[in-house]
Formats: sequence, structure tokens, C-alpha cells
Amino acid sequence: MNRLPRAPVVLWMAALLALPLPGAAQSAPAPAPAASAAPSPQATAAPGPGALSAPLADPYPSAYVRVPSRPVLIRDATLLTAAGPAVRGGSILLRDGTIAALGTNLAAPPDAVVIDGRGKYVTPGIVDVHSHLGVYAAPEVQAHLDGNELTNPNTANVWAEHSVWPQDPQFPRALAGGVTTVQILPGSGNLIGGRTVVLKIVPARTVQEMKFPGARYGLKMACGENPKRVYAQRGPSTRMGNMAGYRAAWIAAEGYRRRWDAWNATRKGDPPGRDLGLETMAEALRGNIDVHMHCYRADEMAQVIDMAHEFGYKVRVFHHAVEAYKIADLLAKEGIAATMWADWGGFKMEALDGVRANIGLVDAAGARAMIHSDDASGMQRLNQEVAKAMYAARRAGLSVDEDTALKWMTINPAAALGLDDEIGSLAVGKHADVVLWDGDPFSVYTHAEKVFVDGAQLYDRDDPAQNWKTDFELGYARAAVRK
Amino acid sequence: MSAGLARRAAFSRLPLRYAGTALLLGAALLAAPRAAAAETVAILGGTVYPVSGPKIAGGTVVIRAGRIAAVGANVAIPPGARRIDARGKIVTPGLIDAYTQLGLVEVDAERSTRNDRANDLIAADFRAWEGVFSRSAYIASTREDGITSVGVMPSGPFVAGQAAVLDLSDGTAAEMLRRGPVAMVASVTGGNLFGSDAEENAGRAGETAGPGSVTTAPRSRAEAFALLRQVLEDARWYGAHRARYDAGANRVLAASRAALEALQPVVAGREPLLLQADRVDDIEAALRLAREARVRLAIVGGAEAWEIAPRLAAARVPVLAGAMNNIPASFDTLGARQDNLSLLRRAGVEIAIVGNGGGDEAAFNARNVKYEAGNAVAYGLSHDDALRALTLGPATILGVADRIGSLAPGKDANVVVWSGDPFEFASAPEHVFVRGREYRDHSRQDQLIERYRHLPRSTRG
Repeated sequence: MNRLPRAPVVLWMAALLALPLPGAAQSAPAPAPAASAAPSPQATAAPGPGALSAPLADPYPSAYVRVPSRPVLIRDATLLTAAGPAVRGGSILLRDGTIAALGTNLAAPPDAVVIDGRGKYVTPGIVDVHSHLGVYAAPEVQAHLDGNELTNPNTANVWAEHSVWPQDPQFPRALAGGVTTVQILPGSGNLIGGRTVVLKIVPARTVQEMKFPGARYGLKMACGENPKRVYAQRGPSTRMGNMAGYRAAWIAAEGYRRRWDAWNATRKGDPPGRDLGLETMAEALRGNIDVHMHCYRADEMAQVIDMAHEFGYKVRVFHHAVEAYKIADLLAKEGIAATMWADWGGFKMEALDGVRANIGLVDAAGARAMIHSDDASGMQRLNQEVAKAMYAARRAGLSVDEDTALKWMTINPAAALGLDDEIGSLAVGKHADVVLWDGDPFSVYTHAEKVFVDGAQLYDRDDPAQNWKTDFELGYARAAVRK
Repeated sequence: MSAGLARRAAFSRLPLRYAGTALLLGAALLAAPRAAAAETVAILGGTVYPVSGPKIAGGTVVIRAGRIAAVGANVAIPPGARRIDARGKIVTPGLIDAYTQLGLVEVDAERSTRNDRANDLIAADFRAWEGVFSRSAYIASTREDGITSVGVMPSGPFVAGQAAVLDLSDGTAAEMLRRGPVAMVASVTGGNLFGSDAEENAGRAGETAGPGSVTTAPRSRAEAFALLRQVLEDARWYGAHRARYDAGANRVLAASRAALEALQPVVAGREPLLLQADRVDDIEAALRLAREARVRLAIVGGAEAWEIAPRLAAARVPVLAGAMNNIPASFDTLGARQDNLSLLRRAGVEIAIVGNGGGDEAAFNARNVKYEAGNAVAYGLSHDDALRALTLGPATILGVADRIGSLAPGKDANVVVWSGDPFEFASAPEHVFVRGREYRDHSRQDQLIERYRHLPRSTRG
């Protein structure tokens, strides 16, 4: 086997340490309109940038820089593209961070690393739209419970990225399972949980160095049992209380949006007061932030859809969506995606009706269907989860081919994040986020063998000593069996 | 976050002999599985994995009167037998998921549906099988995935209670029961004994424990070991001094009379102590305790068991573990690795594969234990050993290997015919027999799929 002559650890650590720290050498991250605004007539009374609520502000910008790498040519593999039929005996060239060529007979550039892919499979990197890595980091000690701000049923003001610990040892394990892009969400204890963040899974010192450049923010909301259980004493304690809580928040957000849109149009006079929670919700009303709603039951999803019409926003994705198969037609008509487990159920009443054919049935109805993990263990084996869902769909009489099933963990979640032009399929010009599998990815016996992020090999099953270990893991390892 | 059921427990591998002597309160309940079906069936031409012997290509399995009548390449087909063509198929013993809360927990978040734990800190008298819900929707969905028997385990934080083996047959809990007790389940670190729930555990114990009983949850692992040692010593003292106990002339004992009685088979070495432990040092301490207290031990969880695999093998201590565990989820599992089972088996340890992935593998997804086995193979365990670890291994550890876990004449006919490799996602059971009866299940989940397979056109504008 022609392995990468990699000193990847050294390489990426060097790359890492060479990076500017976020906020240091970066260009000023202040909201652009404010920063570039001409001095107002009353310059001395002008509000500072922190007082302003501007659409599409980006005060904690991505500091991601791809790890430098030589070109890589994987040759004679089966390419599962998520964009059409499999390419047998295919080759793929990764260069300068992107997929430079695909075909059956590619020549290796002189400086390329060539990998023999015979008997192996290549897929796009897996995209997981529902994870709590970094905000519920391992080990699960009290100090690491950073995922659920359970102090108020509406915490639209929090941002998941402010909790993400880049040294969570679950990150390299997810990468080793072929996951290259992930959306981290706040937990589901609140009606309105806060902002999500989309990351590339790469070694980093700061979360800014993991943030997917240009990715949209999401707003996490939650239906059903979790919020009403958490707030049983102070309310909401019922599903109707949940709905009243969301609606009150949207009403407030709508007023906030109007006041700020008016002020931003003229920038005259004293600005309205800034409120982080209302700002995030106003961005959802403007369509700048996508609503990701945790919702199990079909009837509750239908209520939420009516609520979205009432206030003029879109639900982008229903998460968990255990009963999506019961309203798959409605989801298709509304253009709302559903992200699901392969087979979880039963752990609470609203999960009792979980079925393994859920993803297949939603897909067959024409809605955008996909897998998600919500779990650091399942996240390492999303290919296996998709395999379960694919074969269950076939047993339910649906015809699901492997390319369709592959889409459930690649291009469909990429599209749910609005990133399908950049990632999620093997296509020339897309990010070189690529997994080389040592066999059929829908087999229980198959491993991800090499994982590339933007063309850089960051995981190699054949070279464990060189693989990414988080700071936390240093000094805790012991490998020998004792006599 | 998912149902946090991942509590694991443990045990040992010599066949249990209860000898039918009904001890006062600790009587082993030996259900006599009724031959529900008198049907005679011949499964023909499959690749047969008896597990107790080498695989048989083109083999035949004959089932009669609820038992396996014959297994082999050249066996006579009884006249009138229903014939099942298994050419190209795989025939195995019904799988055993040795560590579940199937029937004990229907809806994890609904306390009224949970029957998996007692109030008492030392709940040795808790009999898991007395709380089993025989209408559980997961019985059919588990059985149709090829699991025909389960170990049903209590999940209290310290001495949790007595486990049972159930067959996934139709009927009441008593009819499903194959044997109980099969093990005493305990933990020295699990169930958040001295983690974030420590106060809650202590409070719960204090509310109800009787006079003389220990009511305060241990605050650290050494205290937990000390208390466990004391409980076992007290059980031994009680067993030898019942008259003095009845006369009130006993010393202060750590547990109630019922609990001490229930521990008699454990201190007599007839019933294994199934101890949940992950940290290598805890497993080593458990080995020492078992040696001192002369009890048979098995380890559940065992995330770091690989590190002392040769010592476990030498002490003949089995391990029940999953194959997907590689996250340093606590400071007790920093050494978790996916080839744990492979390293244990290579050293000669008896193993059982149990669920420890995400997604409620204790009940709703107990069926997924076969995928744990596939993952174990992906990390070095041989396919034969993985199949054994879902059949004869757990049957041996739980003391029911004389009846189930292998395909051999005279054994109860828990048999599965698979479309292919049982561990692969592409495969599924085509015929499932429990005690000789074939089940053609239409589980709650199947019925939901059927109901929503074709949706009415949405009426919404």
C-alpha cells in the first residue's frame, strides 16, 4: 500500500501553531455596516459597535485555514459519489484543498501521493447535522456540561460555539468514523436553545479555527417533552404552554426586527436597545438564520409548521423527527427536511413510535431525509446507521439504492446546512473532504481507512501513532496487556 | 440525549447447579418451559452453526416437541415433518442478549413504566423477573431480529438485585421465565453511586432501609468495596447463624434479612456476582474481593478489562462487554478500546457481547446486540467467537447452557434461520423458533410502517 509519507501530526501541528489566533491578526470582526459607517452628525454621541444589531454580523469569525498538503491521487477504487451511479475502477485527485479531477484514468501529477484503492471505496466526508461534541465533551464530568443553558425556557441569546471545547476527545473519534463536517447544537431542554455552529472536524486550539467558513448559523428550538419536563415547576409545563412560549418569543422578535430594520435603513438618532436573543430570532425572521427544530411527534411538527406560517419564517429541518414518516407528504409539500436516527425509540413517550423505515419512507415521499447522530458513539458509525436504515427501507418494500442511502449522510445533510455547493458529494471543485473505506461502507466489517479534510489526510487507520490525539488524552494512554 | 440506561453488570462461567433444593427465600425458580408447539420441523440444507461444535455445511436441524431432536449432515427426516428449505441460509441457535432491561423498562422517561431498581441500597432480595411486563412491544421486535432469550438485569446503584433469563416467547412473565435467579447484580462505581446522583442515592436508601441496614451510599470506591465485602461477610455469617439471628443475638448486619437470605447462593458459590466495573484497578480489586470472599465473579462493562486479560482468564472470570466503546466517557474508561473483546478472548476469557452503543440498547434496541458482534469482528474477534459470545458464552455465564445457547439434541429449540451472515445489516432472520414454536412476528413497529406506508394525500392547503 502506498501510504502518505506523512508526518501529519507534525504537519498539522505546525500549521496550527502558525495560525493567527482569532481576533489577533484577523481583520476587525465588528459588524461591517457599523464599522464602515460614515461618522454620524453627532459623532461624539455615536453608538459603539456593540450597541448595534446588524443583519449578518459575524463578530466571532472563522479562523479556519486548511492544513497544507501534497496532491493525492486515489486510484482504482469504487467511487460512491452521492451524485449518481458508482464509478468502478475510479480515480480521484485531491489538490489544493479541492477535488481536482474524477475519472477512470487519471494521471498522477509528479508531486502527488498515489494511493492504491483496489477493493476499496471512496465517499464524500460524512456530514452530521446534529451533534453535541465539544459542548458535552468527554469525559462527562460536571465541568463539561456546557450544552444546555437551563436557566430560562428561552435562551435564544446563547451561542453553542461559546461552549465548544476543541480538546474534546470525541472529535478525533468522529473524524476516524469519516465525519468531516458537523453542526453543533445547544441541547433541547429549552423551547429556544440558542445558535448552532457548523465546524470542520480538524485539530485546533480554538473553536474559531474549526468554524466552517461562510456557514450559516442555525437556531435550535425544541418541541415536546424535554422543555415541559425541565420547566415543569415554573412553566411551560404542557405542550400548549410550549406553543405559547414560542409564539410570545416570535411576537417580541418581530417587533425587534421592525425597529432595527427601520433604524438600520436610516441610521439616524439613537438606536433601539440591543438584545442578543431577539437579535438571533430576528435573523431567523429575516431568513438569515435557519431554524432547526427538535420535534418527535407528527402532530407537533404540524403545529410548528402552522406557527412558522403565522410568523413568516421557515423551519429548515426537523431534528429527531421520530414520527416524520406519518407526515412525510406534508414535509415534502412544505419543503422541510427531516433528520432522523436509524432506529432509536422508546426512551420517552414521544419516541415510542420510532421505526427503522423512517428515513426511507420520508425519502420516498419526496422530502429531504437524512441521518444524524446526537450521540458521540453513533456518530463514529453513521455509515452503519445508514446501512440499517437502507436495508429496513428495502424490507418495507421501498427501492433504495446505495447512492440514495449515501445521500442520507452526505449531500442531504450538506443541503440542510446550505453547504451543498461546497461539500457532500464527489464533484470537481468541491472541498476535498473525502473518506477512503477498506470495503463496502454499508458493511458492519468496514472501517474508514483514511480521512481527508480539504485535501489533507488527518486520519490514517494504518498509522495510529500519527493520528490526532487531543490535549486531554496526553499522558493517560497505556497500551500493553499486563501479564 | 438518549436514554441513559447504559448500566452494565457481570458474572462467571461454570454451569450453575441449583440442585432443586428450595432454600428458604432464595429458591431458584426453574421454569419448565412448556412445549408450546408440538410441531415437528426439519430445517434442511443450511449452513448450520451448532456453536458447541464445528459448522456443518448442508446440515439439517430437526425440531420436535419443543426440543432439538437432531443436528447433522445426514439425519433422518421424521415422517410428517414440516420442511424448511434453508439452502444458502445460515442456521444458528437463537441469540442471547445477556444484559438487558427488556420487560423491566418500557419507556425510560416514564417512571410508572420502570421496574428496574429498588429503593434499597442493598437490594439483594430484588427479583428482576417479578417486574417483567410481558406485553412489552419490544419483545416481538427483538425476537423478529433473531434474539430469542435475554438476561434481565436490575439496575440499582450498589447491590441491585437478582437477574433472570427469559425466553422471548408469548405469554405471561412467569411463562417467559427460563431461570431466576441466575446472578446477583452489583456495582461499585456505576449508577452514579458517588457521582452527581450520590445525594439522591443516599436519600433514597435512607428513606426506606430497615433498622440495622446501611443507608448511606458509599462516597468513594474504597468505601464501596469495603461495604460490599461486609455485605458478603454478613451474608455468610447469617447463613451459618440463622437461629441466633432469629433469637436477636446477631451482630449489626449491613443488610436486611431478606437481602442476606438472597445472597446465600452467592456466598455458596452457586450463583455468580455480576459486578459492573470499568477501571482496570476496580476490576483487579474485584478479583481480590472475589478470592477473599470465595464468590464467583463476572465483570460487566469492563472497558479496561483487556489490560489484565490474562489475570481474568486465570481466575476464570468472564466479562460481558460491548464492542463500540472507545470514548473516555469518564476517568474510569480512559483505556476503552474497541478490540477489548478480541484481546480478552485471545487470553482465554469467556465473553458475552452486550449492547453498549447509543440508542437504548438495554430495551428498545436490545436487538442491536448482533451489530455489536459484527463490530467486535471488525476489531479482531473471530466470527466463531463472536457467535459464541451471543449464544453459548452468555448461556454458560448465566447457567443455562444445559438448555439453550447451542444446537444439540435435547436442547430447547431456540433456533434462527438467517438470510445471510447474522451480523450483517443486509441479513435478516427468515424463521425464528422459540421453544420449538415458530414466530411470524408482526411487531408494533411493523404495524406502524404498514399503517403509514401509503399516506393519504395531505388535505392542507
